[in-house]
Amino acid sequence: MQTIYTDVLVIGAGLAGERAAIEAGQAGLSAICLSLVPARRSHSSAAQGGMQAALGNSVMGEGDSPDVHFQDTVKGSDWGCDQEVARLFAETAPVEMRRLAFWGVPWNRVVPGPSIYYKAGKEYEKVESQERRGLITARSFGGTAKWRTCYVSDGTGHSVLFTVDNRCAELGVEVHDKTEALSLIHDGRTCFGAVSRSLRSGELRVYLAKATMIATGGFGRIYQNTTNAVICDGGGHIAALDTGVVPMGNMEAVQFHPTGIVPTDILVTEGCRGDGGTLLDVNEERFMDKYEPEKAELASRDVVSRWMTHHIRQGLGVKSPYGDHLWLDIRHLGEAHITGKLREVYEICTSFLGLDPIRQLIPVRPTQHYSMGGVRTDKNGAVYGLKGLFAAGEAACWDMHGFNRLGGNSLAETVVAGGIVGRRIVDHVQGGEVLFNSAVIDAEVKRQRERLDGLISGRNGSENVYKVRAAMQQALQKGCNIFRDETGLSECVASLEEILERARRVGLKTNGAGASPELYAALRIQGQVKLALCVALGALKRTESRGSHNREDYPARNDRDWLVRTLAYWRNPDDGLPVLEYEPASPSYELPPGDRGYGKSEIISAEQGD
Amino acid sequence: MPRLLKFNIFRYNPQDPGSKPHMDSFVLEETDSMTLFIALNRIREEQDPSLQFDFCCRAGICGSCGMVVNGRPGLACHTKTVDLPGDVTLLPLPVFRLVGDLSVDTGAWFREMYNKVESWIHTSKSFDQSAVEERMDNEVAEQIYELDRCVECGCCVAACGTARLRDDFLGAVALNRIARFAVDPRDERTDRDYYEIIGNDRGIFGCMGLLACEDVCPKNLPLQNQLGFLRRKMGITAIKTLFRR
Repeated sequence: MQTIYTDVLVIGAGLAGERAAIEAGQAGLSAICLSLVPARRSHSSAAQGGMQAALGNSVMGEGDSPDVHFQDTVKGSDWGCDQEVARLFAETAPVEMRRLAFWGVPWNRVVPGPSIYYKAGKEYEKVESQERRGLITARSFGGTAKWRTCYVSDGTGHSVLFTVDNRCAELGVEVHDKTEALSLIHDGRTCFGAVSRSLRSGELRVYLAKATMIATGGFGRIYQNTTNAVICDGGGHIAALDTGVVPMGNMEAVQFHPTGIVPTDILVTEGCRGDGGTLLDVNEERFMDKYEPEKAELASRDVVSRWMTHHIRQGLGVKSPYGDHLWLDIRHLGEAHITGKLREVYEICTSFLGLDPIRQLIPVRPTQHYSMGGVRTDKNGAVYGLKGLFAAGEAACWDMHGFNRLGGNSLAETVVAGGIVGRRIVDHVQGGEVLFNSAVIDAEVKRQRERLDGLISGRNGSENVYKVRAAMQQALQKGCNIFRDETGLSECVASLEEILERARRVGLKTNGAGASPELYAALRIQGQVKLALCVALGALKRTESRGSHNREDYPARNDRDWLVRTLAYWRNPDDGLPVLEYEPASPSYELPPGDRGYGKSEIISAEQGD
Repeated sequence: MPRLLKFNIFRYNPQDPGSKPHMDSFVLEETDSMTLFIALNRIREEQDPSLQFDFCCRAGICGSCGMVVNGRPGLACHTKTVDLPGDVTLLPLPVFRLVGDLSVDTGAWFREMYNKVESWIHTSKSFDQSAVEERMDNEVAEQIYELDRCVECGCCVAACGTARLRDDFLGAVALNRIARFAVDPRDERTDRDYYEIIGNDRGIFGCMGLLACEDVCPKNLPLQNQLGFLRRKMGITAIKTLFRR
């Protein structure tokens, strides 16, 4: 058994993980990132929009400050976030954008003079100032008071990830790609590293570290339709949950995006609707103007997603081999606009759907997009329950997003949190020694070997992993989607409990030699169903609506009873359900709970009696 | 009546002593908007769970799914079956080490490339937390991004005549990387520094000018222009060096 020792082990090599590893490298510590794919293929690369930071260089961002950014973030979270974390984030983001510029990110810059922009289908003019020429500029994103989103053309995540990975290469931060972390090595108090499996050879390998970090991104792949990359399957969450002592925070807080394309669930931008695109049903008739007479297609993400789902439920969706969908119509915007301002949408339609959006309708449906919940940490990124374990990025519940995150805040979080948590990791490693107990390591390796042998030999049963996975995805899709209610969620939890039993009986059809995609899927399936149960049970118990969590039977946001964060533990591996605990949403309320100024406004305040 | 598609797929698992390189055939009924991402996943889930291939973003952004589709390197995720004949032959990318079936090891190759070309900004300055960022013309930023769009899929290397002849050829992807830093005012390296890296047969002078790299690049990078630009730049540097002696 190969054993590798390093000061800092990072599971995941996307922006959050590599950004933290850079801090370790700069401090002279050794750091290794484990990654399912080469670092630059991490899902951070797919985030096209940008990063929010209150630099205020654009004329449309004048008067912006971390204070305003903080307020937007807290309102966006529907007061579900940790306000100290949101404050820390907003204050740190501007410096981080400049640091990235120093490392090589080709941010778009202020161009002085007049230019045209579009809002709700109308043309407006803005004039940028001479004295700000060449400073980092920003674009507009939903839910923000100012233009605050720094961007690199249509490839912000890609460009920042390439820069950050360049910096890792320069510092000698190692990336062990095609490697999956199977489990954490721990004694119930301290984390000592991870047991991993090579996705080249299939061999197991032990990594020992003074500090371990989880930065594996979201878990969207437990849903049937998700915009997430195929690697966003919850691997890091599963390793943490399996320890029995680490809780998942707010797993029921899941964001859906209104316009994923059918069949491949790739996102088309909100710009389509912003510029005047409409949604049509099976009869090619508009419907959003009937549900939301004022804002119609321009209502917020969660509102549009909800009405689209409602309309499909009324039987007005379009049938397809990939399930029911609706149409996005941008034909009336004309060729010049579609191939110009909406070039990216035009390319997605032609490359992936083989259709021409100038003449044809685009098949879309609401699609799982982002996990606000995740491995619960304190504001330093230290994971609850285990010393020496940290987390950041979408994998973590840090928690600056609460029940809804704003566009451009998640990509910024990766590098801002990565930097902050990276520095705390350096403090931790430099602040004390770690004693490794070989018995603990050997026991964990043995447990993993037995797990592999069980799957390969088929001694647990012969359930087909792909069928079990599909059953899990369907259960969530049906019962724990955009609209939620007691009946649907209870059914969802009950069926997931059965599916968990099936997951425990999975056996391979193949011999599992080498990287073995079937073995890879089988190693994750139990953990994925457990994550699904954390999501569904958390949603069932939370009898209110907040941000993206919409209970039809409890439509009000209830600050009296639910200004709390759900913590889900899986105490024993053989348990059938997680244990739920709760903690205050925020240690303090710099911005007291109030009206967001958009979306629904029914609120049960903390002062209100029964 | 939907078409029946026949996929002929290269199979070999080097980790399995019983495996020998061969071709396997799978038949699928075509569905609307089918891509190779959908087709290969259906084959794995319905017919052969041992089939190895790489997808990640499945949206043409991450560069994971490079493979040879009916003789031509490209990204499988944005290859639509409607554009293909009924018989589809899929092979792994050459040049890169085979992991199994259609999956190859691009990570190790690219990591080595970063070290060879020192793929990072070389500067004598250090970052000042309290300072406003250095200004840059938006046009320069856009020029850098134009070359930074590379997704490192490896198609240009797989299609390159020189790379097939000699293992140490840097390939269009690495030369484009040099061009990216050469246009970036933050990088203090001189032409002479770049000449040390690519002013030889492993670099720009190894290129035979066949330009399949540009033909197959899924991001339509201006590789032909960049190779020409570097060849001129490095040629001039070589002549200057001669006269200095």
